[in-house]
Amino acid sequence: MPDFTVTINGREVPARPGMTVLEAATEAGISIPTLCYHPDLAPQGACRVCLVEIEGERVLQPSCSFPVRPGMIVQTHSAQVRKARRTVVELLLSDHPSDCTVCARCGTCELQALAEDLGLREVRFRVPPPGHEMDDSSLFVVRDPDKCILCRRCIETCAQIQGVEALRLKGRGYESLIGAPFDTPLGDTLCVNCGQCISRCPTGALTEKTHIPQVWAALEDPETFTVVQTAPAVRVTLGEALGLPPGEIVTGRMTAALRVLGFDRVFDTDFTADLTIMEEGHELIQRVTTGGVLPQLTSCCPGWIKFIEHFYPDLLPNVSSCKSPQQMFGALAKTYFAEVAGVDPARMCVVSIMPCTAKKYEAARPEMNDSGYQDVDYVLTTRELAQMIKEMGLDFANLEEENYDDPLGQSTGAGVIFGATGGVMEAALRTAYEVISGEKLEDLDITPVRGMEGIKEASVQIDSLELKVAVAHGLGNAAQLLEKIAAGQADYHFVEIMACPGGCLGGGGQPVPTSLDIRKTRAAAIYQADRELPIRRSHENPSITEIYAKFLGEPLSDKSHHLLHTKYTARTKRAVQVERK
Amino acid sequence: MAEGCLCEETYPKIDAIISEKGAVPNSLIEILHAVQEEIGYLPQAVQEYIAEALGMSAGTVEGVVSFYSFFTTVPRGRHTIKVCQGTACYVRGGKRLLESVTKHCGCGVGETSEGQRFSLDVVRCIGACGLSPVMMVGDDVYDRVKPTRVAEILDKYE
Repeated sequence: MPDFTVTINGREVPARPGMTVLEAATEAGISIPTLCYHPDLAPQGACRVCLVEIEGERVLQPSCSFPVRPGMIVQTHSAQVRKARRTVVELLLSDHPSDCTVCARCGTCELQALAEDLGLREVRFRVPPPGHEMDDSSLFVVRDPDKCILCRRCIETCAQIQGVEALRLKGRGYESLIGAPFDTPLGDTLCVNCGQCISRCPTGALTEKTHIPQVWAALEDPETFTVVQTAPAVRVTLGEALGLPPGEIVTGRMTAALRVLGFDRVFDTDFTADLTIMEEGHELIQRVTTGGVLPQLTSCCPGWIKFIEHFYPDLLPNVSSCKSPQQMFGALAKTYFAEVAGVDPARMCVVSIMPCTAKKYEAARPEMNDSGYQDVDYVLTTRELAQMIKEMGLDFANLEEENYDDPLGQSTGAGVIFGATGGVMEAALRTAYEVISGEKLEDLDITPVRGMEGIKEASVQIDSLELKVAVAHGLGNAAQLLEKIAAGQADYHFVEIMACPGGCLGGGGQPVPTSLDIRKTRAAAIYQADRELPIRRSHENPSITEIYAKFLGEPLSDKSHHLLHTKYTARTKRAVQVERK
Repeated sequence: MAEGCLCEETYPKIDAIISEKGAVPNSLIEILHAVQEEIGYLPQAVQEYIAEALGMSAGTVEGVVSFYSFFTTVPRGRHTIKVCQGTACYVRGGKRLLESVTKHCGCGVGETSEGQRFSLDVVRCIGACGLSPVMMVGDDVYDRVKPTRVAEILDKYE
């Protein structure tokens, strides 16, 4: 069928077969309010907020799932529609807690915004909230079912994007409840802690388990030496949570803000990203040259690690033994840096600023204490850091830019691109090419591994070796790739996997909302930050050369293995462990 | 049978039902009906077992089981009491009848009494409005039941 037009609010607008009314309206710049609809997910038509009047239809129809037809006549804001929409929102509010001012999503809540847009000043129906119990069993999320409006975005995110299916809807009507199967506490399930559910929750039903009070306490304690690291992707997203447009690079202002908050040293996770390239790159060379298990799978992403532990434990030997940059940083801060700076690691507190909620779980893994202490003490998401900056009353947009401290603050463009899908692969290839061939790589932009395609493949000729690589982001895409690998149908050498769509720039700890457009803008900023840095290859980072010369020896040395590498745990794929008698 | 405790012999029966209906998600509801018919209820272990066989998440299966009131996750009693709360029964004392039944049978609506003697359900009209209020125990229908008669009725069932 060729393209056609439909009439929305008296205006003829273009439409294509297969489009929904909502999509046609949005493209024409006509805004229809939505709640359960999310651009990353298939429409569900569950909330009825996007109802519109369609000529010839007996009743109002949900525009998010209603397909366009040639010549269709639609009213999106007629009196009938507005009245129905107000009633729908009033019903959603009828059992919703009204303590908005102390809710973590106050100001970013979509339900609140919708009520405001509709000018609701009273709710005609009021019943008490269902009184479901909060679930704070998980290390990364707090679930408050009373604030849940049953839009199911979290369930669909977990199923459609991640393929994990840790959440389900139980019961019906007023008794409906979203949670883990069989009312299991979420912390006891195969949930991978990615936080994508939080990114798409319209209300305060899902929020990260905050470490803000603990971090304030550490900052205010004169006996504690506070060290902070900032992940690659945070520098291009923090601004969003502080009123700046997506895609603004705020590295220097973030560093300045962290000093105002009171951190004794402001360091960069990009430094240990460079170090990861050295360790993981040499591990790859070792596997390729000595007939080791291939393909080597990346290990930076803690959501992905928990996923493979549950779903593909047989492939754990493929996973690089390298710790993630966050954990390498923690282990080095409390050993190498403590030694250089003359600080007792016992009174050092390492805080991470991460785009990620799974990092909270990773930091708490029992094996992550090779420094002799818990290597990383607290993890703040991008959102939590923004919250602290607001509490401090800083005019963030106009802060004077500052640099990172030495020696764990020097990094390269290769470290920065860790924040985008394909970035770890590109950084690794920049180094692997030069280390193996001994020649300079002329064009550092390895574009086949960039972009938002779910699975990307590329091959690079290095001397006589054709190095075959693949990149996946979103665990649903990762599972497709793993099925191929498990079936022996793939001959890759190296595979990068990130749990979140777009990589860390789309992480579960990033400012809400998220969408493909926002993620593309953030990615463009990441690559811009890479281009603007004087050094763009991990192995050329002078601080990396120095740490190997002074402390670690060489990549994969005994000391590296002790501090920078780890082991994984095979886990069960079952949602819940059940004893069968 | 206690909750979650199933004999080893149960699983081959479930396997047979699944292979008869087809191990695909579309057969889920039919399989659940047949399995409940066979073993009387659908405990968590059975839901997980079916989910695995059909390649679905346990949460999806639980979602279906918890949505339809026909399915039960606890063992049923030897006798199922159905108290009508349809309009006619309700206005002619159905509510007081239900209170009395709840008191005498030892369990609430949707529950099973100790020793698996009774299970109690509410139904919305069994087509005997002229005889309201009505209750059933198994296949026996009792009409124009006064709350005071309940104890005597239930005594007949062991």
